[in-house]
Amino acid sequence: MSAAVLPLPAAAARDARIAQRLSRRRKLIDRMVKALCLLATLIGLTLLASILFSLTWRGVGGLGLHVFTTSTLPPGSHGGLLNAIVGSIVQTAIGTLIGAPIGLMVGTFLAEYARDSILGSVVRFLSDVLLSAPSILIGLFVYTILVEPFHGFSGIAGSVALAVIVVPIVVRTTEDMLRLIPTSLREAAVALGAPKWRVVVMICYRAARDGIATGILLAVARVSGETAPLLFTSLGNLNWSTSLFQPMASLPVTIYQYAGSAFNDWVQLAWVGALLITFGVLGLNIAARLLLRPKA
Amino acid sequence: MSASTNTAGPSQGRRNLGDLLFAAAAGGLGWFVLLLLSAIVVSLLVGGLPSFRAFGLHFLWSTDWNPVTQRFGAGVSIFGTLVTSALALLLAVPIAFGIAFFLTEIAPEWMRRPVGIAIELLAAIPSIIYGMWGFFVIVPIMGQMVMPWLSDTFANVPLLSTLFGGAPFGTGILTAALILAVMVIPFIAATMRDVFATVPAVYKESAYGVGCTTWEVMRSIVIPYTHISVMGGIMLGLGRALGETMAVTFVIGNANRIASSLFDPGNTIASLVALEFPESPAGSLKLSSLLALGFILFVISFIVLAVSRLLLRPRPV
Repeated sequence: MSAAVLPLPAAAARDARIAQRLSRRRKLIDRMVKALCLLATLIGLTLLASILFSLTWRGVGGLGLHVFTTSTLPPGSHGGLLNAIVGSIVQTAIGTLIGAPIGLMVGTFLAEYARDSILGSVVRFLSDVLLSAPSILIGLFVYTILVEPFHGFSGIAGSVALAVIVVPIVVRTTEDMLRLIPTSLREAAVALGAPKWRVVVMICYRAARDGIATGILLAVARVSGETAPLLFTSLGNLNWSTSLFQPMASLPVTIYQYAGSAFNDWVQLAWVGALLITFGVLGLNIAARLLLRPKA
Repeated sequence: MSASTNTAGPSQGRRNLGDLLFAAAAGGLGWFVLLLLSAIVVSLLVGGLPSFRAFGLHFLWSTDWNPVTQRFGAGVSIFGTLVTSALALLLAVPIAFGIAFFLTEIAPEWMRRPVGIAIELLAAIPSIIYGMWGFFVIVPIMGQMVMPWLSDTFANVPLLSTLFGGAPFGTGILTAALILAVMVIPFIAATMRDVFATVPAVYKESAYGVGCTTWEVMRSIVIPYTHISVMGGIMLGLGRALGETMAVTFVIGNANRIASSLFDPGNTIASLVALEFPESPAGSLKLSSLLALGFILFVISFIVLAVSRLLLRPRPV
């Protein structure tokens, strides 16, 4: 009736059967989960492919020399994106020039001066918050300090907004890279009589050069595609203007204005702009990764 | 410079001018970050003050948004922000987990780096591109295939028939959540992958040694070991989703009412600010209300991101 009265060999055979069935079930579950994970990864890769494909599909047709030689024009008159491209480059460059040195110094402070202090952990925490904070809020912030008081949108306000985004990215990578430098390297330099700042600049920066450059490249890539913080600061400008104290065009904002318009040639130009910006940003990202790849 | 050549005695005079200046610059800029974040909070709070004063706490749940009568409230956009972000996480977490599991335990060694980079590139694509892709590629698919299919399938299920009811325009809360999910997948997946990689090999090898399958190792060793950090990664994704602006603006349909169906248009704090800002003259009550919304968004994201950092903090083993 129960298992206990079965003769011994029969019980052993039954146990083996159960064990086999159980192990088959466990392997089946394992295989199913693995298949689902493969599926999830394929979904992720398909999404990337779909985005790149639709950009290429719709963007390449509109590519031409006129895109780089003509400014934005009214619909139907074969305008280009020259002012937007130049505006983006100018604001990204100024934003990086302001933000990167600040980020570098703060990263240095965290890694070399305030590694375990309370101020250090507070600054590190706030910088990480800033890193993930909604970029639209940075636009609103710069609006209240640089646009409203001076009664006008300006390229410089846009650059400052981008700089605020650059800072925490550079802080993060700089600190991480400096922490990888072995203490013995610093001690060797100090033993030679070098003051601390020369140790940092001539030993640590040099050893962490590739990593720091990677951080700056990633920051450039990130801000060159930012739209939300520019909407309230440099506003966008459909005319040619390189004045930093006037509203300034930028590629993302122009894409935003054109993509939502009712004119086919504007929508086409938006796709061209999107294509340029995406491949530019992805190119920078890949370059940054190659720079950081461990040398064989 | 000349100070370093002084020979007057041992290390006493070693803190030369360069040292002092460099330390001061580093420390000063450290304080600057602290001030910067405070300035962001204060500027949004001060800018939103007229609105908070006019509407009081009621602003938080009022569903008004009427420039004619000058009545503004944050209720609808807070609701939209929370609903789209929560839905986005619901869609994104399983996929991100699958990708992270695949990349750490399943994929052959040569495949891990390239596939990992491809997923990371998904995080690098600017938000505006997701907006365009969503609007021109995903919205038609949603409107013509997914939404009709969902409403047909769940037409007779009580709660779901309301959630999946209404006109299938293709835009709306569900589409916004879908695009947000795509945008946060790479963040969550990358964090989970890095966290899974911290599990000591000995633990996993012991489990394999007693005959566990890969999934059993994942479930009984890796997840219990890393669950706090995994939550941190999910919160990081939530922080991203809450403040996402451009992509949502393109696809959510932008209407200021509490939606009953997931197909209905809605708005989020960020999309409302982006859309209404151009029509808000400086000094107006409307602009102040937008800044007040910004302040609320900042508070919500700050809490989420702070929790995320707390959970992701490396712990002593």
